[in-house]
Amino acid sequence: MDYFVQQVINGLQLGFVYALIALGYTMVYGIVRLINFAHGDVFMVGAFIGLYTIERFQWPLAAVFVSAVVGCTVLAVLIEQLAYRPLRHAPKIASLITAIGVSLFLEYFTSLRQVFGPHFYSFPRPFPVVSWNWHGILVTNIQAVIFLVTTLCVLLLQFIVFRTKMGRAMRAVSFDYVTAGLMGVNVNMVISFTFGLGAALAGVGGVLYGIAYPQVNTFMGFMPGLKAFTAAVLGGIGNIPGAVLGALIMGQSETMVSAYLSSTYRDGIAFVILILVLLWKPTGILGTSRTEKV
Amino acid sequence: MRLLRSLVKTVAAYALLAGSISFLAGAGFVNPYWVQILMLACIVAISAQGLNIIYGFTGLFSLGHAAFYGIGAYTAAYLMKTYGGQSQAAFLAALLAGGGASAAVAYLIGLPTLRLTSDYLGIATLGFGIIMKVVFDNADSFLPELGGARGMTGIAKMTTIPWVIFFLIVSLLVVRNTIHSRYGRAILSVREDEIAAETMGIDTFQYKMVGFVTGCAFAGVAGGLYAHLYTFLHPSNFDFFKSIDILIIVVLGGLGNMSGTLVVSFGWIFLLEGLRVFLPPGYVELRWVLIPVLLIVTMLLRPQGIFGAHEFPFLRGKGAR
Repeated sequence: MDYFVQQVINGLQLGFVYALIALGYTMVYGIVRLINFAHGDVFMVGAFIGLYTIERFQWPLAAVFVSAVVGCTVLAVLIEQLAYRPLRHAPKIASLITAIGVSLFLEYFTSLRQVFGPHFYSFPRPFPVVSWNWHGILVTNIQAVIFLVTTLCVLLLQFIVFRTKMGRAMRAVSFDYVTAGLMGVNVNMVISFTFGLGAALAGVGGVLYGIAYPQVNTFMGFMPGLKAFTAAVLGGIGNIPGAVLGALIMGQSETMVSAYLSSTYRDGIAFVILILVLLWKPTGILGTSRTEKV
Repeated sequence: MRLLRSLVKTVAAYALLAGSISFLAGAGFVNPYWVQILMLACIVAISAQGLNIIYGFTGLFSLGHAAFYGIGAYTAAYLMKTYGGQSQAAFLAALLAGGGASAAVAYLIGLPTLRLTSDYLGIATLGFGIIMKVVFDNADSFLPELGGARGMTGIAKMTTIPWVIFFLIVSLLVVRNTIHSRYGRAILSVREDEIAAETMGIDTFQYKMVGFVTGCAFAGVAGGLYAHLYTFLHPSNFDFFKSIDILIIVVLGGLGNMSGTLVVSFGWIFLLEGLRVFLPPGYVELRWVLIPVLLIVTMLLRPQGIFGAHEFPFLRGKGAR
């Protein structure tokens, strides 16, 4: 039983990190209907910014998060303006292939020796690790930081989307971007803002991932990115609570399979669950179905 | 009479192509390394024509093509290794069995998933691709011959230039003749507007299934050829990136364009290998920095694909010729 509860906590830790990445996917998909494959690599850049600011400059944790957020936001807005904006009215697949191109470029460009380098780098711990033992169940302060920061980010995001003018514009563009534009919403600005907001969360996620699983590499963003996107689809794409729910399910299932079956099946289970859920509810757990009109 | 004439033409084209390339390779005019790359390009072209049927013509967004390539490769390699020996007839049977296995799995996967729409189908097939990669990684736990994560060895080298050219020509003919048939028009109508097609009395699910299964069978045959070209299989040969490779080829060529898919298959493989040779030593890692840039620039300049709607004369329908 203790072992099970311990695994649940480990799964939560993983699920919260996935949630931060999944939110970026779900927002971008909700607005421009694009699977932004480069998002996982923005997350990787966030982790590397964390690595450099902690190891080289020894900045305090708050400054580390802020620099990762700023760095990732700038990067994502640049990507959006240079690569996706010119293709907004082209067939959707052209944007998707471009997204794959951007993803490959970020991975291989940053793995050059002159940039981040091709090796695995150990991520420094920005604070000493403390663990609390409660009836045989271990909880570390790393987990506490992850739960706290992620919860804060999700609450902040809910506030931005549902309580601010920009959030209302985002929802309008997501609902119908042509009409939103006619109503005076600056569609281009809203889309850039959405990319930036998603990337900011990915930046936070990157630093947290580095702290929790202290090894980084320029290709580290691919699998978490794919799983986070899957989580977003699982929860219902375009839906913020859905992305968090999907990510938590993803984290739990993966941890449970590693703990009770074998870690070699870890990458598969997430997708088995996804396919089963899509068969039962093709728009995801919390997704609303749109009726097709002729 | 017409059938006979086109048959003679096809056989002549086959003999000419296979004969001349085999001669050039055999006489030592072409480096064996490049001959191998040429065969790989033909194999990739067959697999890409398969995805072209699935995505280009039927409009089914599939991100798991490499899984079917892998199923064909492992099936053919297993059959040849256990029963086939070195016989050419057994090789043909193994390749067809590989294609059949892929088609059968595609049918089973298609039953539930082809009801999903566009991006959801994409993510479901992506998921299937990753599940199959996990299965290949753990394959040795149910069939030790498959090797699992250590890779499968001891596959006979059976793939030759006449074989790959033969299957390439067959695949082109099958796609061309299907697309310009009654089935083809139904498939295209499903891609253009599913609801309209359905109201006209077309069983859209059935035609989606036809497109999906045919395309996956192509991937299966191509996988079998691949296995017997490199004589070694590893699960990483069939991961997500291999699906993406094929998708890039089909999109760059122009969706639903046979000529584009054909040319870009060769272009893509030779670009990958060419950069390996022509970049100065120490700069080879720049390969994957340059390729994405090229990819992005191509998409920005020609979002409809390099060939757009233009087809080579021999791939056009009767009416258009």
